This record gives sequence, structure tokens and C-alpha cells, in this order.
Amino acid sequence: MILNDEVQMLRRVPLFSGIDAGKLKLLAFASNRVSYREGQELFHEGDEGDAAYVVLSGVVDIYKASPTGEQKIASEGCCSVVGEIAILCGTQRNATVKASTAVEALRISKDCFLKVLSTCPHSMAETMRVVGQRLAMAH
Amino acid sequence: MEKSLARYIWDHTRPQQLWILLIVGLSMIPYYLAFDLPKQIVNGPIQGSGFETPGDTQLFMPISFDLPFWGHVELYSGLPLERMPSLLALSLMFLVLVIINGLFKYFINTYKGRLGERLLRRIRYELVDRILRFPPKYFKHVKAGEVSSMIKDEVEPLGGFTADAFVQPALLGGQALTALIFIFIQHFWLGFIAFAMAAVQVGIIPRMRRRLIELGRERQITARQLAGRVAEIVDGIDTIHAYDTSNYERADIAQRLGRIFRIRYDIYQWKFLVKFLNNFLAQLTPFLFYCIGGYLTIVGKLDVGQLVAVINAYKELPGPLKELIDWELVRQDVQVKYEQVVEQFESDSLIDPEIQAINAANEAVLDCPLSTTNLLIDDDIGGRVLEHVTVKIAPGETVAIIGAAASGGDRLAEALARVTWPAGGKVTAGEDDLFALPESITGRRISYASPEAYFFHGSLKDNLLYGLKHAPIEPAKYNGSAADQRKWDVTEARRSGNPDFDFNSNWIDERTLHANGKDGLYGAMTAVLDVVELSDDVLQLALHSSLGDDHDPELAAQIVEMRRDLREELSRRDLNNLVVPFEDNEYNTEAPVAENLFFGMMPDPKASTKAIVKTAYFRNIMRESGLGKALFEMGKGIAESTVELFSDLPPDHPFFEQLTFMRADEIPTYQHLLQKLRHNATPSEEDRIAFIRLSFFYIEPRHRFGVLDEKLMRKIVEVRHQFHANLPTELLGYIERYNPNAYLTSGTLVDNIVFGKLNHRFSDAISKLREIGGELLANRPELYRALMVLGLESNIGAGGRRMNNLQRLKLGLARALIRRSDYYIFNRAFSGVDHHLQEHIVEAALAFLAKSGDNPAVVWVLSNTPLARHFKRVLAFDGGSLVEDGTYETIVESGTVYKQLIA
Repeated sequence: MILNDEVQMLRRVPLFSGIDAGKLKLLAFASNRVSYREGQELFHEGDEGDAAYVVLSGVVDIYKASPTGEQKIASEGCCSVVGEIAILCGTQRNATVKASTAVEALRISKDCFLKVLSTCPHSMAETMRVVGQRLAMAH
Repeated sequence: MEKSLARYIWDHTRPQQLWILLIVGLSMIPYYLAFDLPKQIVNGPIQGSGFETPGDTQLFMPISFDLPFWGHVELYSGLPLERMPSLLALSLMFLVLVIINGLFKYFINTYKGRLGERLLRRIRYELVDRILRFPPKYFKHVKAGEVSSMIKDEVEPLGGFTADAFVQPALLGGQALTALIFIFIQHFWLGFIAFAMAAVQVGIIPRMRRRLIELGRERQITARQLAGRVAEIVDGIDTIHAYDTSNYERADIAQRLGRIFRIRYDIYQWKFLVKFLNNFLAQLTPFLFYCIGGYLTIVGKLDVGQLVAVINAYKELPGPLKELIDWELVRQDVQVKYEQVVEQFESDSLIDPEIQAINAANEAVLDCPLSTTNLLIDDDIGGRVLEHVTVKIAPGETVAIIGAAASGGDRLAEALARVTWPAGGKVTAGEDDLFALPESITGRRISYASPEAYFFHGSLKDNLLYGLKHAPIEPAKYNGSAADQRKWDVTEARRSGNPDFDFNSNWIDERTLHANGKDGLYGAMTAVLDVVELSDDVLQLALHSSLGDDHDPELAAQIVEMRRDLREELSRRDLNNLVVPFEDNEYNTEAPVAENLFFGMMPDPKASTKAIVKTAYFRNIMRESGLGKALFEMGKGIAESTVELFSDLPPDHPFFEQLTFMRADEIPTYQHLLQKLRHNATPSEEDRIAFIRLSFFYIEPRHRFGVLDEKLMRKIVEVRHQFHANLPTELLGYIERYNPNAYLTSGTLVDNIVFGKLNHRFSDAISKLREIGGELLANRPELYRALMVLGLESNIGAGGRRMNNLQRLKLGLARALIRRSDYYIFNRAFSGVDHHLQEHIVEAALAFLAKSGDNPAVVWVLSNTPLARHFKRVLAFDGGSLVEDGTYETIVESGTVYKQLIA
């Protein structure tokens, strides 16, 4: 999969839908392509948030710690973003994300992520919507 | 030390000085004879006096002299020779005298040189010896650079002076006196003039030079301070960078250099003024001779012959006189230098040499309690940091010292370890004053570790075993010339008052190691490294080092086997995609194009690539195969994409971090090049290289521009084979072809084991490989051992700077633990380390010592208070006083310090 294909995928991410193609390509270039084996963790609850991930293929499961052990709360597939809350809010990871199949993803570092979002008013609004949604879900 | 240099020299070289004086005296005989002989040759055989008629003979070499009260003594009546044989005999005699004089000179010079060098060696050794015996407080106000500059440079001239200290004045004084007496004999008043002028010269010139000496002293001190400052800059370079004070330092250095310049310039001016005066005075005397002597001759009170003789004799006077004055000045100069140095090395509380006496026996133990009575300790500015502490620590006890930072516990630990000297009160071991015991007991039976521990330049092993090197245990064996050399070393060392302990002997007594290592020294080392959790670091050091050219083939073979093991293990675990191996006929997708093309390990990739691409051989291959053209097109594609992506970004944008093959400031250049190409311009050679260069760095899975297809990859592999097929010999040193069955000397061990590129998409690739590698090594104990040995040999740099702080702390602790002692004192040995690790290591260290069988006492000044639970007894300090002392339970339950500290 070359950059241009990745850009096509990124376009389908609501958060990035308002960003022009050139910027998206740059974002794709500046990000790392990463692969995960089934069961491997992308990040762990309580870690420092340093990057967000865009799932390009495969499925990830989201777990939260609870008194009875880890509880799966959701699954995400192609073109979804995980891990963005921690870098937007500058907090620790509020959940653990694991690959439930083999997963290909784009790892967008915190700096790049914030830089791109800050250039696009639409994304800012979209970000607020997503954050709100997540908060609503959490409560 | 002796205050007067002359005394010092006389004391240490008296017999040699007398001997050399004697030899100099003896050398005067052939010297005089050689003067006399030409006259004999000229007057005798050449001018023919005594050979007036053919057949006349003269006696050759009659030896006779007149003794007072005895009469004429004739030892040899001489050989009668005719004119020609006489000429030949006398000339040969002259030749012999020349040789004898030369030999005398040679002998005297080397003897004097050796004498000087020995004294220099003695002084230097004595100064270093003093450093080793100074009380600790001395080192709080000296700069290391100044001290080393004194020992290295400032005493150097003393050696040169030594030999001339007594011989020179005797010789020159004698010569000057002879000339003067001769003049007196010719004419009293002229003699008196000469004497008066000489007196003026000897009186005034040195007085004027005194100023010179003062300047010299100033120069010496400023130069020494400069050395001290330079050493400080080197030591403090990080701080200088961190605070942007480099220009402040520059100003300081420039100012100092300015001062040195001024002093030196002053010296020059004075020096030449004095020289002028000296010459003037020397020439004034002949003027007086001509003037007064001439007058006396004219009025008839002096005959011409006398006047000429006086003037001739006077020619002999200024030379020795000047040299004598010079000698006196050198004497004053070195005396000043010597005093200067000695002053710096003076201390009234030097440690008695007896206390540091070498002792190879390791029998003594310290099985009595360590106690302090009313111990007082002051800091450097006189503030009291420990007040009236009376405490007793019994053998085998484990004691935790708790308290806030600088509350006194650390000072107590320092006093117990003999690092700090008390201002009052006593530290005793049983009945004995700790500070009066020989260091061969306290320095072995007490082991101390603190974060201030110093590491010496050398290998990790040298530093780990440093605390065991008390005395040579087993003499090194020497054969043949090495044995002679050793013998020579010993005699020379003794002659200069140096000790003759052999540095190359084995200094490590295995009995001083903990017995629980079955494996001797290696076992003991790995055991303590495990305790402080440093083994893994040592292993990593080994893995990231490369074997030299003279490496052990066995180890290299094992590394190659390990490479296969790893490959197998990866495929067994279905993790093959973590590493893309180097394979002869495959394109390595995770490696850049250049690496795929050259396909070999390079000792210095940048320089090697540069050298290779310049060769006609490489360029021909690129041209003929058509790869050059393909890569040019590829580079063009890369440039287009990059320019498109980045042309609008400011150069400090974080995205540039990902751009590894182009710098931000190169983007306009490439933009311009691309434009030129679009207008159908033929690219210059330089432009073509610029584009091909871009393609060299390209890694498809990382950059993802889609410019590298299967066909091109195959082509690159093809050209790779061509490139290596006829590789010219001059390129062999630059590149070592990847060969899955061979060890590559230019790579590190880990390069050789992994032998491929990590797949950058798997973020856990490194940790996973480490884990697997660790498991594989566990199955190969021999290889593990070889690697540990290699890691232990790695150099840790000056002051251990090549290790990080945590590693240094661990090594400091390991260095103390490896010794068998009766008391272990750890002074905040792990301050600043995360609590988990501290706990781990404290537990492991206590268990290790308990297991050792010696039942030693442990005193640990804790930086993490809750760890006190691992100790039986707890001492709590507050404000320099011991406020609580009891078992762990009582201190926790009824004490206040503990509660305050953990609150």
C-alpha cells in the first residue's frame, strides 16, 4: 500500500474529512506504518499518550480495567481512530487497545496529529464532537 | 620535604656528585695536555727546533716531575725519535688525546644526565606519594589540573639542574679564578681593575635578574592556573553547554592568556636589558685596559708584552664569569620553582607512610565492633554537620540509617569508612583508633560505596576489581630480555627512591573474593553483577562492540551459529517477519537501495560509500547495466513527491523529522532541478548524481512513494552480483560482503547475530528479539560466558562517563560487594533510582552478603526510608544528631523521624 492508498483511507476517517488531500498525504508520510500480530497491544491503559492510530485493516478491541479484570467495551475496524483522546487531552491512556486480528495501522505521533488538526477548522469541530461523544459514552 | 633544593640534591646524590667532580678533575689532565701538544708539534718537528742536524733525536713522552721536598722524579725517560717519526708520534698522541677528551665528555654528560633524570624521577614520585598521603580536606581546594601541571612540567627543569648543581660552579669558578690570578701576576693594578669589574658584574647583574626571577615565579603560577582552568573546562563541559557560558569561559581564558603574555613580554624586556648591561660591562674592561694600560705603557711603567698578555688573559675571563652568572640565575630560578612546588605539597597532617605500608597478607580481620564516641564532624566552611554522636555497631549487625538529606547519617557513614576525618571525638575499631589502623586493614575489611565513587579510565573489569588490588600476590614471570628489563627496572626504581612493586604482577588475591562463586574470578564477578542487575548491561556492551581483527575464531563461529539459531527460533515462533535477513539473491525491502546494491558491511558507511561511488569501476557498472538511468528516474520520482509534499512547509515543521533523505534547505534546490528537467534540459553529471543520491536512501515500506517496483529490485540484485564479481582490491577494505555463513568483522556482534534489517513496522521487534536472544543464550552457556568476558573488557571511559548514571551506581555497589569484608557501608548508594529497583537491589545485596558465610555487618544510609524494614536496627538522624536508635519495629512504632520521612 503506497501513500496514495493511505490517503484514500484517511479521507474516510470523519476526523480528517475536512483536510485537503495534500495535507493528508503529508500526514500519511509523516506517520509510521505499523503492524500488529493478533493479541498484541497497541497501548495500555495508564500509559503516557504519545500517538494516535488509524486502523487500516483488521480489527482492534478496546478494554477497560474493572474490579473483575479487563472488560472489553468496544471493537473498531477499518478507518477508525484510536488513542486520540489521550493526546488531545494530554492525559494517560484511558483504555487498553489490542489487536484482535492481524492489524495494519498508521501511527500518528502527537506532534503531527495536533499540527494537522490545528490547521483545519472543520477538524476542530469534528474533534470536539468526537471527544464529546466519547465522554458521553464513558459516563 | 627539604626546603632548599641544593640540600635536597646534595642529600640524595652526594656520592655521585663527588664522583663526577673527581672525573671532571681527571678530565682536566688530557684537556691540558691537548692544549700543550700543538705547541710542541709546531715548535719541535715542524719548525725543527731540536732537530737542527739530520739524525738528531728527541725524547718522546718522558714522564717526570719535580716534587717539593723530594726533588726530581723520573718515571719514564722517554723514547728517542728522529724528526719524522717524532712528528708522527706526536700527531698520533694528539689524536689519542682528542679521543680521550671526547670519551670523558661523553661519559660526564651521560652521567650527569642520568643523575638528573633520577632526581627528577625521585621528586615526581615523592610528590605523587604525598598526594596519596594528603588528608581528605586538602583536595577540597586544589584543582587537579594544577597539581598535575606541577608534577609534570614545573619540576622538569630541576632534573637538568641537578647535574650542574655542584660541578658547574667548581669548574667555572676555577677557570675564572685562574684567569684573574694570571692577570694579577702580570700587573697588580690592571689585575685590580679586572677584579673590580668582575665584582661589579657578579654583584649587579644577579640583582637585576632578581626581578626576572620574580616575573618567572608569576609566570609559573599563572601558567599553572591556566592548566587548572583548562582541566576545569574539560570536566565541566556539560555545564558550560547547558548554561551557554562558553563565552564566559572564553573571556576568562583570554584574560589569563593576556596576563601570561604581559608577564612574558616583561620578562623579555628585562632579559635583554640585562644582557645589554652584561655585555657592556664585559667590554668596559678592555676599554680600561687599552686606555689605562696604554697610558702606562706610553709613560713606560708597563711593557708592551705585559699589556698584550693581560688583554689575552682577560679574554678567558668573561666566558666563565658569564656562565657562572647564568648558572647562579638558573640556580635561583629552579630554587624558586622548587620552593613553589614544595609549598603546595606541604601539609602538617600527612598520613604516616606506615599506615599505607604494603601488605600482601590478607589474614587480618576486623572482628571487633566499630564505634564512635562523641563524634564531631565539621564541613569545609566550619559548620558542624555531626554533633556528639556515640554509637556502636557490632559485627554481623544490619543497620539502616534514615533521616532527611544532610541530616548527618551520611557523615557518620563517611567517618566509619575513613573518608571524612573527625573534628572531634573518636572512631574506634575495638580498642584501636580507626584512623591509626593501617589502611591494609580498614581499606579491606571495610567496604564503602557512595554515589561519589570514582571510576578510573579502563575496562569495566578493571574497575570492578579495583578494590582488590592491594598488593602484588603473584609475581609476573619474565623470560629472556623481559627478565633483564625487569631487573633493570628494579635497580633503577631503587636508585630513585621509587618502590619496585611490579604493576604487571597479579594483584588479585582470590581469597579476598566471596567464596560462593565456584568459578573463581569470573564467577565472583558475575555473581555481583547479577546482584546489582548489571549483567544485562554488560551483555549489551559486548553485543554492541565489534571483535577486532585478531578475534577468537571460536567465538566468531559461535556467533554465526547463534545467527542460525535465531533464524530457526523466529520461524518456529512464526515471527519471521520481525527481521528481513540479508540474502544473496533477494532484495532486502527494509534496507535502503544503496545497501541492497553494495550488499556488505561497511566499517564507516558514509566514507566508504563516498569512496566507492567515486571509482570508475562502480560508475562503469552503473552505466553499462542501465541501473544508473533507472535510479536517476527513481530519484526524480522521489524528488517530485517530496517537493510536492513539503514545498509549502516552514523548515522547522515537525514533519521534516520523517524526511530522512533530504534536508529542508535542499528542497528549493531540487525544485529548481526538476524545473530544469521539465524544460528538457540534459541534466549535468552533478545533477544526475544528486537524484541518484536520493534513490540511495529510499526504503519502500517506509517512504511509500511507490517508485520501487519488482523489476527494479531484481535489477538491483543483478547489479549487486556484478559489483561484487570483480571488486577491485583497493575497494576490499571498504566493504565486507554479506555472507550468511561468515562472521563480518566490520559489524558489531548484534549486527552479526541479527544479520538482517528489523522490520520497522513491528514496534516490539527489538524487545522481542532481545527476549528470544536471551533464551537462546541461556542454552549456550559457553557463548554467554565469552560475551560476558568481552563485555567486561569494554572501556568505560574517563570517570566511567561512557556508562549512564544508573550503571555507574550499580558498578559502584558491585565494586564494594565483590570484596570480602567485615563491614559494608553503603552511603545513599542508590539515591535517585526508582524505588522498585532500589528495593530489589537492597534485598539482593543483603541476601548475597548473608549467604557469603562471613556474616558481615551492613550499614546502609537509605535514601528510600521504607527499605529500613530489611534491617534489624535503625538509626534515625535529624539535624546532625542521632535522635533515635532501636530495632526496626520500635523505630516505626514509637519513633517520630520515620513517620515524618514517609509522611
